[in-house]
Amino acid sequence: MNSRVVLRYAGLAAILVYCLAPFYWMLASAFRRPSDQFSLSPIPNPVSATNFTAVFGTDVGFGRALLNSLVVAGIATVLTLLIGLSAAYAMARLRFRFKNAVAALIIATSMFPGISLVVPLLKLFTDIDWINTYQAMIVPSMSFALPLAVWNLNAFFRQMPGELEEAAMIDGCTRLQAFRRIILPLAAPGVFTTAIITFITAWNEFIIALSMVNDKTMQTATVAISRFTGAYGFDQPFGTQMAAGVIVTVPLVVLVLVFQRRIITGLTAGGVK
Amino acid sequence: MTTPARRGGRAAGEAGRLAALLLSPTFIVLGLVVGYPLVAALRESLYRSGQTVDADGFVVQGDQFVGVDNYTGMFSGPAAARFWNAFGNTTFFTVTTVAAEVVIGVAMALVMHQALRWRGLVRASILVPWAIPTAVSAILWQWIFQADGVANALIGNQILWTTEGWHAKFAVMIADVWKTAPFVGLLVLAGLQVIPRDVYEAARVDGASPARQFWSITLPLVRPVLVVAVLFRVLDSLRMFDLPFVLIGNRKESVETLTMLAWDEASNLRFGPAAAYATILFVYIAVVAFVFVKLLGADVIGEARDRGRQARERRPKPLPQAEVVPA
Repeated sequence: MNSRVVLRYAGLAAILVYCLAPFYWMLASAFRRPSDQFSLSPIPNPVSATNFTAVFGTDVGFGRALLNSLVVAGIATVLTLLIGLSAAYAMARLRFRFKNAVAALIIATSMFPGISLVVPLLKLFTDIDWINTYQAMIVPSMSFALPLAVWNLNAFFRQMPGELEEAAMIDGCTRLQAFRRIILPLAAPGVFTTAIITFITAWNEFIIALSMVNDKTMQTATVAISRFTGAYGFDQPFGTQMAAGVIVTVPLVVLVLVFQRRIITGLTAGGVK
Repeated sequence: MTTPARRGGRAAGEAGRLAALLLSPTFIVLGLVVGYPLVAALRESLYRSGQTVDADGFVVQGDQFVGVDNYTGMFSGPAAARFWNAFGNTTFFTVTTVAAEVVIGVAMALVMHQALRWRGLVRASILVPWAIPTAVSAILWQWIFQADGVANALIGNQILWTTEGWHAKFAVMIADVWKTAPFVGLLVLAGLQVIPRDVYEAARVDGASPARQFWSITLPLVRPVLVVAVLFRVLDSLRMFDLPFVLIGNRKESVETLTMLAWDEASNLRFGPAAAYATILFVYIAVVAFVFVKLLGADVIGEARDRGRQARERRPKPLPQAEVVPA
């Protein structure tokens, strides 16, 4: 083995350690017994699930928070895809005036800082009694989810050959029928990838969920974890928090590992070929 | 037959109407959740709520129109120090973390690009920091940075990372770079993969050293991808909130960003000043985005750009250029 090859593997190993070591530490800490929570041994010994049972204890109520996150991120994703699909199709397939302006406007909204939305909406939602409701979290989430989804879907539609729908339209389909019967089924993988990316982004959302809800039973998982208090109130319950972190993160990590190729295509949006 | 434009004016008008129809749901929603708050924040920033005493000594309830007082109070006055501190922190975090992310991200991309084996594994692992919610990663780093935590054990020191001071800034920067540098790496890797191999072969024949190849070929050719990636990272960093808020805490001078300041004001029902801070942040972000697009030529809309009447099928393969999805 020459030194170049060794260097290559060392580089790869460094990336693996960089990306996975903190995540591994969360896993290892979550599986310790509370009594040896501060142990620095790399492998928990003995392995214990006490922290995980504590997460779902009645005083923590994390199950409800997970359900809230699922509802908010799930509905936001479905709504976003329903609304964004037609816009993405128009952007990818139709020629019209002001198209560059429309594209610029959509991408500009995704750069919009969340706080500029939270401040006025907090006031509005207080006035219309939306505080502590799902819609108070779902509706503002569209502000970042929708541009993201439109952009992603647009890239996927663009990769599909235009001849497909032309053929369908020559055979007598209207554009709408061609879209529904030909394009949409073929774009399913792209729609699915966009759904995953949108869901993860909505699931990870923090500032809106933090601001629009003050009732513990309506908190989403990310907010709930940051608010965990220990049984005695002064010690931060890191073991429980690590276990909750594992529960929130592992489904995402599994999704990411299974669909990594597609997600990477989605994130880099297929522009580079 | 692909392009309606070639079928004459009537068809183009038809496409325009269809496009308007298909785009309207998205624009209605964006108008409600982005356009309305933007205008409402601007209006709100000119008011001040709560009890005040008017010129005749009467107590006045409710929102008072105060003009630009919320803005002037920001730049000079009792709240100015806190504003400038937050502005400084925001800018400092953005410059330092994005610089570190670019260096680490490019290094990661170069390593992955060279890799023949392990590539899938490494590419999957690189998505792990991206997938972890920022709030959860903040708790994780809080745990790592505990006084008797693993970070201090590794460096053999007793730093109180999460208390006020420079170490708190470092804690935030480390946690932020950890989460986002791999993402930059992923984007740069996509840019590297479109550089044709024969360019390097020609350079090697000419006797260019690997370092020379990097500076004269790799960097100029990934520049468009890199500029867009940096733009998105900068804009994301300017609105930083979750990480310092959870890792260090609310109202901590050493890490308070503009978003945290505005959020704190809003949560104390001082909507006027909060809206003014939010508006200033919006303007700041807009200016930075403008500079990137105009001066550095960040091509954010990339392939979505309508390339005039050029026929689609005869369009030449685009040069290395990535569209990047903000995440």
